[in-house]
Amino acid sequence: MVSLLRNQKVRNALLQALYVGSLAATVLACVMIARRNLAEQGITSGFDFLFKSTGWDVNFSLLPATANDPNWWFFLIGIVNTLFLGTTGLVLATIVGTIVGLARTSSNELARLLGRTYVDIFRNIPLILQVFFWYALITHLPTPRAAHEAFGMLLTSRGLYVPVPNVGGTALAAAMLAVIAAIAFPVWLGRTPRLNQPFGERSTIQLASAAGALACAAILLAVGRLPDLPLLDFPALQGLNLKGGLRIPPEFSALAGAIAIYGGSYIAEIVRGGFKAVGKGQMEAALSLGLSPWRVFTQVRLPLALRAMLPILANQYVWLMKATTMGIAVGFTDFFMIVALTINHSGQTLEVIGILMAGFLAINLSLAAVFNRINKAIALKGNQLRG
Amino acid sequence: MEIVVVAPPAPGRLEDLKRRFFATPLQTLLSLISLTIMALIVWKLLDWAVFSAVFTTTGGPEACQAAAGACWSVIAARWRIILFGLYPFEEQWRSALACVSVVVMTVLSCMPAFWTGRRIALVWGAGTGLYYVLMKGGVLGLPYVGEEAWGGLALTLFIFVTTCLIGFPLAICLALLRRSDLPWISRTTGLIIDGVRSLPLISILFTFAVVLPFALPQWLQGDKLYRVILGSALFFSAYQAEIVRGGMQGVPAGQEEAAMALGMSYWQRIGRILLPQAMRNALPATINQFVISFKETSLVVIVGFFEILASGNAAYGTGEWRFAYVEVYAFIAFIYFVFVFSLSRYGAYLERRMAVGER
Repeated sequence: MVSLLRNQKVRNALLQALYVGSLAATVLACVMIARRNLAEQGITSGFDFLFKSTGWDVNFSLLPATANDPNWWFFLIGIVNTLFLGTTGLVLATIVGTIVGLARTSSNELARLLGRTYVDIFRNIPLILQVFFWYALITHLPTPRAAHEAFGMLLTSRGLYVPVPNVGGTALAAAMLAVIAAIAFPVWLGRTPRLNQPFGERSTIQLASAAGALACAAILLAVGRLPDLPLLDFPALQGLNLKGGLRIPPEFSALAGAIAIYGGSYIAEIVRGGFKAVGKGQMEAALSLGLSPWRVFTQVRLPLALRAMLPILANQYVWLMKATTMGIAVGFTDFFMIVALTINHSGQTLEVIGILMAGFLAINLSLAAVFNRINKAIALKGNQLRG
Repeated sequence: MEIVVVAPPAPGRLEDLKRRFFATPLQTLLSLISLTIMALIVWKLLDWAVFSAVFTTTGGPEACQAAAGACWSVIAARWRIILFGLYPFEEQWRSALACVSVVVMTVLSCMPAFWTGRRIALVWGAGTGLYYVLMKGGVLGLPYVGEEAWGGLALTLFIFVTTCLIGFPLAICLALLRRSDLPWISRTTGLIIDGVRSLPLISILFTFAVVLPFALPQWLQGDKLYRVILGSALFFSAYQAEIVRGGMQGVPAGQEEAAMALGMSYWQRIGRILLPQAMRNALPATINQFVISFKETSLVVIVGFFEILASGNAAYGTGEWRFAYVEVYAFIAFIYFVFVFSLSRYGAYLERRMAVGER
């Protein structure tokens, strides 16, 4: 027996079994106790509750929602809300971060100072404090009667009201696609190295395709237009309330704004790091080849910097996606808030926590997968990154 | 023949300015835009925060509300709530002293003289112990104050310090387990670390505060505060473990092999060869992690603790100061800024200092 314990292999096997076993036993014991405690409160375990109606309502949803809808539908609403808030925040944060990051790497001292001040201030204040601040600021705006007006938008304590076109949903979506195509297609044409050119110069084709796509968008808008209404629906005061336009609730704008500002300061640092990673030799080579400063930037610095920053950027995006859980602080029904509410109402604690973990795992993994694909697609082949 | 070398004339101040800010039209444009933005913000901010602001409490909230600028009298009237929460009024000096002890402890542990395992453990043990005795009382003639009455900045600091105190050793354990040669141990640990890292901190805090009592026997439940600290420490250690592991990977394999060849035991190898070098590699990232987790202590407001953010909400939320929310948030933001900014400046300084040896 003792000699058996002296055997390295046996000891290793025992050690591993002990470690994994004790962890598994702890988890199992916790689950057993929880099930017993819940059973005492008359809550049976299982996933039947997913198909029962919730009996409560959500304040923000992109999908139709009523209190009669089943729990699984509410989870879906939560995930869609989280993704929507996260994507809006990410896009805004990327725009802010790019501008500030470029300012930080610019050759102008004043612009650098400005960018640095921005980063130092907003990176060092907790995100949730910023969320609270913007939320308080928006809810203390004047009532609809005394709303601030700017460019047809109304700023009130009930949210931001923006004009929307009076166009059917399908036509609007198709028109948006056409506009995106009007920008994307010429860019793609410009990047395609060799083009058989029976139709003339490249720039002519680019201009023509952009104009064509824009014309398509205009026709779509004209066709899909709702009859007897002006093209744009402006919000306006009617009685004590605001009619028309699209209302962006204060919770959403506070969260998206805070994520954009806070995340922007982090992304600015990533952008700066990316540009710093571009070797000096590459830029000098480009300049000595006689490229203009603009082309040095767009064709040498930017592509190289982008490759250097993408992996770090992916991590930051995952982090910002998780930051949408702050919605619960101001009452935005994101995935986590739906989870917390479901636990309160149905008491199905263990199952709902499992759904929470699975949901975030799925979101994180799919984001990571997307970025890995992009990373692999644009990775430099060979050793071109040598400074 | 004599060659006279004459230095080019030193550029005048005006020329220097021109070279730096107005060299090309694009530069001029950039400078002008930046200058306008800066001037606008600085002027508006100064006007709001200083020139048109009210500093005294004599006029009460009404005088303050009428003023165009900031109303700093809300801070003068409510700073005790923001800093100490609901801690008994006569005992608040203890809360202040406890905060000071934590700050002193942090400053001491930033000094290289204390960077040995034993000394740093001593400093942190003593600092946290002093904090606990001062806050809780019940000994040395100090009246007893339970955890439920702790609040404000003092509670924020306590959560931060205990998170690090529990999380750091746990992180080292997790990192060592993850790089173990035994496949089952390293894989299981990797699963735990990655699982915790993929979850948002709020959901972990919520689970530990609200759900865990269901899953634990009565005698193990403990106070909600300590459960939340445990959850926050677990989250911290999952991130910190990856940083420590990264530091360990930066230690050349030859170091450990040499130690093995000298016949050192596992713990000697870890404690005397691997960890000291790994911690040095990991130091900048570690400071960054401390900065992040200090900011993230503010999340406990969601599971219902009266830390500095919640006490700030309470400071302007009641009655007559309802309009002064900007000032309260600015004050709290300033407190966070002072802590976080000095810590991150220190991290940048360390990074520079270590880069010297690497050249």
